[in-house]
Amino acid sequence: MAIKKLGFVVRTLPYKIEGSRLAMTHAISSQTVEIYLEDGDNVEPVVCFIGDGVLNCLKGHQAMKHYGITSLEQHIKNSLLLDLNVLICKEDVERFGIKEDALIMDAADIGGETNAKIVPYSEIQKAMESADHLLFC
Amino acid sequence: MGKLTIGSFSSLVGSMSLDFAVKLSEAAVQKGHKVDLWTSGNATMLSKKGQKAFKDYSHLAKKVQELVATGNFQITACEACAEARGYKKDDTMEGFQRHSMDWYLASAFSADRVLHIGGD
Repeated sequence: MAIKKLGFVVRTLPYKIEGSRLAMTHAISSQTVEIYLEDGDNVEPVVCFIGDGVLNCLKGHQAMKHYGITSLEQHIKNSLLLDLNVLICKEDVERFGIKEDALIMDAADIGGETNAKIVPYSEIQKAMESADHLLFC
Repeated sequence: MGKLTIGSFSSLVGSMSLDFAVKLSEAAVQKGHKVDLWTSGNATMLSKKGQKAFKDYSHLAKKVQELVATGNFQITACEACAEARGYKKDDTMEGFQRHSMDWYLASAFSADRVLHIGGD
């Protein structure tokens, strides 16, 4: 019986490439991984947005309007709805001059109770150090 | 001997990252390790059967089949990513599995090391 921590580190811009979307869809797929594992075993994902990756967390995506696809905003909200740990790098948010109220911090509109956290990079470093495996996207 | 899980998002043609992932898999298998290679996003292109070998383009199908034949190498395509690109089950090369994304996380669970190659 074990829990393995998987750290998804999102560094890529939204919509430019598929990386950030795949990071989130893979993290969300942790909800069904038990079908492949022994009883009591599971994985625990943490999603960390750093560098350009913090731009994925801006509110107001218009992906359905412009591309006809689900938005990364919705994926972030789904992650929060599922109580995944979502960390956003404070220094990178500040570097872009982004205010907290411009970021997707919760999924209250769809019933989520977990919030994203804006944390110093040192906290993200700790999350990465405590992960069993890191997946840079 | 250990188990290595590699994930790749990079396309077969247009990036050399998938070539690297397969070469690394080969090196690990030759050393007696087990390797799971997960292909997601554009990397699912590798699962398409009927690839023609040109010397100007990466051609990994033959190497993949040789690795699968060792019994120490599993290669799996993300089913949704493949279907989104029009790669149907019937288009999948022999030895290539198709699963949902949780297969990759389960493979990572039991891996000694995970090397994730994000890519394009």
